[in-house]
Amino acid sequence: MSGLSFSRRGLLAAASAVGASAALSACGAKTGSGTSSDAAGATADTSGSTVKIGLLNSLSGTMAISEVTVHNALLLAVKEINAAGGVLGKKLKAVSQDGASDWPTFAEKAESLIKEDKVAATFGCWTSASRKAVKPVFEKYKSLLFYPVQYEGLEQSPYIFYIGATTNQQIVPALDYLKKQGLTRLYLVGSDYVFPRTANKIIKAYAKANGMTVVGEDYAPLGSTEFSTIVNEVKGSGADAVFNTLNGDSNVAFFKEYKSAGLTAKSMPVLSVSIAEEEVKSIGTQYLEGQLTAWNYYETTPGAANEKFVKAYQAEYGATKPTSDPMEAAYISVYLWKAMVEKAGSFDVAKVKAAADGITFDAPEGKVTVDGATQHVYKTARIGKIGSDGLITEVWNSGKPIKPDPYLKGYDWASGLS
Amino acid sequence: MTVILNQSFTGISIGAVLLLIALGLTLTFGQMGVINMAHGEFIMAGAYTTYVLQESISSAGVSLLVALPVAFLVAGAMGALLEWLLIRRLYTRPLDTLLVTWGVSLMLQQLARDIFGAPNVQTRAPDILTGNIAVADGISLANSRLFILGLALLSVLALTLVLRFTPLGRRIRAVVQNRDLAEVSGIATGTVDRMTFFIGSGLAGVAGVAITLVGPIGPTTGTNYIVDAFLVVVVGGIGQLKGSVITAFVLGVLQSVLEYSTTVSVAKVIVLVAIVAFLQWRPQGLYTLRTRSLA
Repeated sequence: MSGLSFSRRGLLAAASAVGASAALSACGAKTGSGTSSDAAGATADTSGSTVKIGLLNSLSGTMAISEVTVHNALLLAVKEINAAGGVLGKKLKAVSQDGASDWPTFAEKAESLIKEDKVAATFGCWTSASRKAVKPVFEKYKSLLFYPVQYEGLEQSPYIFYIGATTNQQIVPALDYLKKQGLTRLYLVGSDYVFPRTANKIIKAYAKANGMTVVGEDYAPLGSTEFSTIVNEVKGSGADAVFNTLNGDSNVAFFKEYKSAGLTAKSMPVLSVSIAEEEVKSIGTQYLEGQLTAWNYYETTPGAANEKFVKAYQAEYGATKPTSDPMEAAYISVYLWKAMVEKAGSFDVAKVKAAADGITFDAPEGKVTVDGATQHVYKTARIGKIGSDGLITEVWNSGKPIKPDPYLKGYDWASGLS
Repeated sequence: MTVILNQSFTGISIGAVLLLIALGLTLTFGQMGVINMAHGEFIMAGAYTTYVLQESISSAGVSLLVALPVAFLVAGAMGALLEWLLIRRLYTRPLDTLLVTWGVSLMLQQLARDIFGAPNVQTRAPDILTGNIAVADGISLANSRLFILGLALLSVLALTLVLRFTPLGRRIRAVVQNRDLAEVSGIATGTVDRMTFFIGSGLAGVAGVAITLVGPIGPTTGTNYIVDAFLVVVVGGIGQLKGSVITAFVLGVLQSVLEYSTTVSVAKVIVLVAIVAFLQWRPQGLYTLRTRSLA
């Protein structure tokens, strides 16, 4: 039995290795390359009859659940564009790389797409951590990334187009909505990483300026599945509503616990910013019925462009597959790039960037316009309610597309945020 | 007072989940000394069993009850197969076992992804388990947590009875205490090993059914729980059931009290530091098995 103490030591090593890899991925912003100065050799190859574009999503690992759907939406857009004749007479060839839910891998794959495949543009990334990991790569090689997910703002890289919502197109309108409903005492629950922490900083500044009270604030580590204490605290806090910035699997555990504690959408609604149609399916409508979400697009959003998108997506991937906000943003990002290239008459990055301002597209979410100065998109904010069928129906919208303001310069209360 | 009572119950219910996920490991790791990193994937198999059964049995209550024995058999069979295929060849090489079973764990996760898809799947909990019982003003006990607590205690009881009073249990204890002597006394240690693995992995399957009530069901479900499960067994002491039981509840209460007074992340850090400190003081864990083995 002398093997036992040995086994235990081996186990602790393994446990700490698991812990260490989690810590690494939390802060990993390694760019994956040394100091090679061959940036000039990385220009896009547009000489042939086809043009390559890069799709950079996690097709494996913990983020695959969400990113595979975005990947599918990107492929659909490429297929449609090719069927309609391509871009500037050239067919698109999508090169998929798996970021594997690992941020250094994202950086390596981004570099390989730019250097080896010589792509004209890259579409993808989901978590802010992966975006921050690839940002220096795209800046070094002066290549374009189209990022399809809502995020925490306070960023503006010259080589990234942000097609998802920034905070003033999602979080601020959501707070306006809660205030209008008289839900002024908020409890903040989020995952412990950059997006929820930044979002909650903004929420607290907003609350202070708008006569709302934040009665409690809790963070759970990413992937945490034990929420009994947090739900106890929420229940005892006397809050009117919960503002939920949890991400991934934690939402499942949180909402199961929430219902078990006897809390409902009536007694204390939860407004979530990371739960779209796909996530509703995996959490279970039993636990979510009546709860609120904030996005710019829902599968149920009216309009011919959306009907066409939903029909095309379900024809391609199955009649029961839902469409969601990040998928829609990914889908339109390819079309927006196409419009920029056609306006510029060239695949050249500098020319495409110069042509970006004012590009519009009749998107499933309604008309969107690219803001050249911030490289973000004008988007309509929509608050939705989750129904028993798993679909989300809009209960309020901002009426018109909101001008993107990633640094919240237009809001006095946000002056203290950096 | 309300807070204290609520948090104590929360702690006990966290402890019950910990106990349930660690129970199978007390056998395979605790008794046999095998570091099985794929243990979490047996929990996942139990959770998916619940999902599959619910697809064919419409009543949520019936399918949950049917899932308990079926998940035990499914996960148990997977465990026995793993033991027979790989682990029995590596009994003298614990670090190789760790790497091999970790590889198996990754393969099983990918298999689940191929069969059920990358997104999580949902199960419906029976209505009776989604509510709660109000025992006093402001104090309520969630039914799902009571169910898990009951299931955990029942599993401990059943395992204790099997180990103490059945011929199989006697043989398992004999092999743990002195493998060579057991062998020369005519016990087929290979078969006993396989049965131990079957039961231990089966219990992971049962835990998988229980966690469908409180957590996500997806390809990475197992990885959410595997580290906690090992912690319980290591602190509890190798080869001792009661060590794991006490440890699970102590860690649960400690976690819930600390979470309440600090934050979740800080609580996790303090608990881990406490465990490291404890193991410095008692490297063998809470309880140890005295054996007459010379090795």
